[in-house]
Amino acid sequence: MIALRGVTKTFESGYTALRDVDLEVEPQRFVALVGPSGCGKSTTLSLIAGLDGPTGGTVSVRGKPVAGITERAGFLFQRDALLPWKSVRENVLLPLQLRGVRGEPARARAAEWIGRVGLRGFEASYPHQLSGGMRKRVSLAQTLVYDPEILLMDEPFSALDVQTRNLMEGELLSLWQGSGKTVIFVTHDLEEAIALADEVVVMTAGPARVKARYDVTLPRPRDIEQVRFDPRFTELYSKMWNDLRDEVLESYARANAAG
Amino acid sequence: MRERTRPVNRAAVVATQVAVTLAFLIAWELGVRAGRIDAFFFSSPSQIGATIGHWWQQGYIVKDVVVTMWETVLGLLIGGLVGIVLGIVLASNRFVGAVFEPLLVLLNSIPRVTLVPLFILWFGFSLLSKVVSAVVLVLFVVFFATYAGIKDVDPTLVANARVLGAKRWGVVRHVLVPSALTWIFASLRSAVGFALIGAVVAEYFGAQAGVGYRIQYSEAQLNTSGVFGGLAILMVLVTLVDTFIRWVQRRVLVWKPADL
Repeated sequence: MIALRGVTKTFESGYTALRDVDLEVEPQRFVALVGPSGCGKSTTLSLIAGLDGPTGGTVSVRGKPVAGITERAGFLFQRDALLPWKSVRENVLLPLQLRGVRGEPARARAAEWIGRVGLRGFEASYPHQLSGGMRKRVSLAQTLVYDPEILLMDEPFSALDVQTRNLMEGELLSLWQGSGKTVIFVTHDLEEAIALADEVVVMTAGPARVKARYDVTLPRPRDIEQVRFDPRFTELYSKMWNDLRDEVLESYARANAAG
Repeated sequence: MRERTRPVNRAAVVATQVAVTLAFLIAWELGVRAGRIDAFFFSSPSQIGATIGHWWQQGYIVKDVVVTMWETVLGLLIGGLVGIVLGIVLASNRFVGAVFEPLLVLLNSIPRVTLVPLFILWFGFSLLSKVVSAVVLVLFVVFFATYAGIKDVDPTLVANARVLGAKRWGVVRHVLVPSALTWIFASLRSAVGFALIGAVVAEYFGAQAGVGYRIQYSEAQLNTSGVFGGLAILMVLVTLVDTFIRWVQRRVLVWKPADL
C-alpha cells in the first residue's frame, strides 16, 4: 500500500506544491490523480518514487517510510526520458544491467518486451529516429522489463496526438490487466482518468490537497474508445467536472493575476 | 523530428561553387593582366600558383605542413586533455566550480593572440611556444564544452536513470559521461580550428618553419604571392582536417539527429 499522511512539500524557492495531503492507494489498483496543470500532481509522484523528500508529513510504501529510491517502482515521465545515446535495445537493457542481470537472460527479456510493445525490428534504432508514440512504447518497455510492482505515470501520453494517445491508453490497459501492478496515473484530462482508472482523485489548485475521490465502477476489460459512450461514464464525468471546474477556474484566475 | 523538405541538388551546388570560384580567379587574373589590378599588392592566381609550385619543388610545403600539423596535434591533445579534466572536476564539485568557473570565463576573455609574443619570449622560437599558444585556445573550448555537457544534462534523464536503478556511479557512467562526450565531440571541430590558429599565429610571430612562418617570411620580402600562397595552403589544410573531423563525428555520434 502507498500512503501519504499530512504531506507538505515546499521547494527551496519558497513555492509550496503540496499542503497536508492525505492519500492512500490500495495494492493492484489503478488510481488517477486529476487536477489543474501545475497543481503538484507530479510532485506527489516524485515523493512516492523517492526522487525527492517531503518537507512535512510521511510518505510510506509497503508500510515503510520512503528513503532513497523506492524499490520495485517504475516511473513514466511526461518528457522524453530515454537516453538518446543508447539504442532501443540498450535503453531497455539498462535497468536489467543496473540490477545485475546480464548476458542471455537479460537480452531475452529485453527482446520479449520490445516485442510486447510492438517494436520488433527497431532494436537498433536510436530514440531520435522514432516517433513520439514509439518513444513512449520504448519507455514503457524500459519500465516493465524489470517488473515493478508500482507504476507511477506522469501525464505520459499528454504530448501525443489524440489517435496515438487512445492507442497507447488501450495498450497500457491490456499490459496492466491481470498484472497485479499498482498504478498511479497523473493527468489533467478527466476523460483519460475515467477511462483508465478504478479510482479518480481530484486535487485542488496548488498548493494541492485532495478535494474528492470517486470510484469508477465501469466494468473491465474496457474498450478505451467505447467506454466513453457508456451512460455511467458521462454521469461520472459531469459529477467530477463540477469539482474540477472550480479548481481549474481558480488556477486560471491565479495565473492571470500573476501573469 | 526532421522536416521533409525538397532536397537540394548536390551536383548543381558543387557546379555553382566551382563556377563562382573560377569566375573570381579569372576576373582577378584578367584584372592583373589588363593592368587594372596592381600585381605588386594583390599578386595574381598564376603567380600564386607558380610560387606554390616552386615551394613544392623545393620541398618546403611538405616540411611546413608537417611542422604545423605536429604543433596543432600536440596542442589539441594537451589542451583537450586539460580541458576535459578541468571540466569534469569543476562540474562535479559545486564549490570548486563556483570558485573557478568565473575565473576561467575571465581568462577566456583575454584575446589569446596578444599573449603569443609573451610565449615566444618565455619559450623561444621552439616547438613549445607554438604548442602553448595552441593549448591556450583549445583548452577553453574543450573545458566549456565538458562543463556544459555535465551541467546541462537533462534532469529528467538523471531522474529516470535513478528510478531504473542507477546509483551515483551508474548515473555518471550512463548519463553524465555520454552527455559530456557528445558536447566534447561537438566542440572538436572548433577545437581543431583553434589549435591550428594558435600554431600558425605563433609561427607568424617567430619560427624557423611552418606555414605561418612561410607567410611571415614572404611578407617580410614584400612577396604578396608568397602570402597568398601560404593562405591557400592553410585553406586546403583546414578543409581537409574539417572533413576528417566530420567523418569521425558522424561515426561516433550515430545516435544524433543529422542536422546538428
